[in-house]
Amino acid sequence: MRLWIFVPLAFALIGGACSNTPPAVLSLATTTSTNDSGLLDAIVPDFEEQFNASVQVVAVGTGQAIALGEAGDADVILVHSRSREDAFVEEGHGTARYDVMYNDFIIVGPDDDPAAIVALPTASVGMAVIAATESTFASRGDDSGTHSKELSLWNAAGVEPDPNAPWYKSLGQGMGATLNFADESGAYTLTDRGTYLSQSEALTALAVMVGGASIDENLDSALLNPYGVIPVNPDKGDINAELANSFVQWITSVEVQGQISIYGVDTYGQPLFYPDSEAWRTQ
Amino acid sequence: METLGRAFGDALQLLWNMDSDLFEIVGLTLQVTLVALAIALVLGIPIGAALGLTKHLPGRAFVVPLIYTGMGLPPVTVGLFTYLFLSNQGPLGSLGWLFTPAGMIVAQTIIAFPLVVGLTMAAVQGVDPDLPIQIRALGATRCQVALTTLVESRIGVTAAVVAAYGSIISEVGAVMLVGGNIEGETRVLTTAIVLETRKGNFALALALGIILLALAFLTNLIFHRLQVRQGGP
Repeated sequence: MRLWIFVPLAFALIGGACSNTPPAVLSLATTTSTNDSGLLDAIVPDFEEQFNASVQVVAVGTGQAIALGEAGDADVILVHSRSREDAFVEEGHGTARYDVMYNDFIIVGPDDDPAAIVALPTASVGMAVIAATESTFASRGDDSGTHSKELSLWNAAGVEPDPNAPWYKSLGQGMGATLNFADESGAYTLTDRGTYLSQSEALTALAVMVGGASIDENLDSALLNPYGVIPVNPDKGDINAELANSFVQWITSVEVQGQISIYGVDTYGQPLFYPDSEAWRTQ
Repeated sequence: METLGRAFGDALQLLWNMDSDLFEIVGLTLQVTLVALAIALVLGIPIGAALGLTKHLPGRAFVVPLIYTGMGLPPVTVGLFTYLFLSNQGPLGSLGWLFTPAGMIVAQTIIAFPLVVGLTMAAVQGVDPDLPIQIRALGATRCQVALTTLVESRIGVTAAVVAAYGSIISEVGAVMLVGGNIEGETRVLTTAIVLETRKGNFALALALGIILLALAFLTNLIFHRLQVRQGGP
């Protein structure tokens, strides 16, 4: 019974922790790639300072980021799956979609390239060969933007992979974990270039198969990976719409777009994301 | 609240139409959990009994705190170490156990083992200290003394089994890292719940959660009946 004295103590602790919250909190649901690459850590503090806000970054797959927006559990979403973004706005969950930036997808695989796809021009041809030779392929399998892209590439290749086939490994995990799996198991996988570059030092058994050493060498336009930002519809209630709109204006501004254009150049010799907002394109 | 209600309804429907994928996940979960539990019991109960009976063993002052620390091991740390050992760059890479059920069993055994040892030790220590002396006076061998004491402390030992089972069937961090959550190969209930929640498939996640709870409850029901039959609470 003496345990009861801990109840008021627990409330006091919770209350104490909450009394220090800053005036405005923006909940941003985004994909793992923008967060894992370190981009948000690099640029968001500037927004927090300018708008006296605290940004809560929820880094999940595009599928869950969209689900969070639909449930009204996020104020703004930053994702990469164009058709689902458009559907999100059309169904009234978001107010409008704005271009932010892009990078590209690549296919990576074991150094010795058992399926011999390294010289092939497009991802879908490469993937058709992977399927035909039944070489191990690691799929995100998590409904993320990268997973959606993978499915559309299989579709273009005319292959419908059976998730129970021994060569097709559907992991249901993030990009980082999937790349580690491919590295350990000698598997091919589709990845965004940013995450691959930021992890490539540890991925000793992997090399780029389709997509070249940088986005300029990527000959397959199907591998383009655009990111969009969408403020969640304030009708859902308890949405910080004003701050969400400020975030959109801020991330699409020429100044922040300039920061995006140089992020990662020091470390990887190339940017991880390329700015693409309307303001940037028309400057 | 509306989402929760809808998810609950969908979950019941999914349970009703239990498909083969779901069966496979439940089967693998039970297989990995029970094999790991069995190994942990076979190794852990004798060691726990030995530690409980011999109070002046050299090194005991060091081993007991070590076991207690092990009882609180963060599973994800166990997963990390197991991963590094089984990785191609690790000392046991040649086994090829990373991303297989065998690797998951290794990780879960490591999580369950200290629990079994620690709780068995405590149960054995709870037995009347005169009992071993008396039966030894009757001419029992060491092994017979240990066995009689274990039988006498069976309620506490059952608690050890229950605690170990509960901790590994509900564990997610280690099996995610070591197993890789591969569909049809290493996906278990907990990792499937994480995945479906991430995908926003709350109904399926909830259905899986209900199955997990039901499995835990059913097993505990069986253990409890055993305890009652043994004269426990």
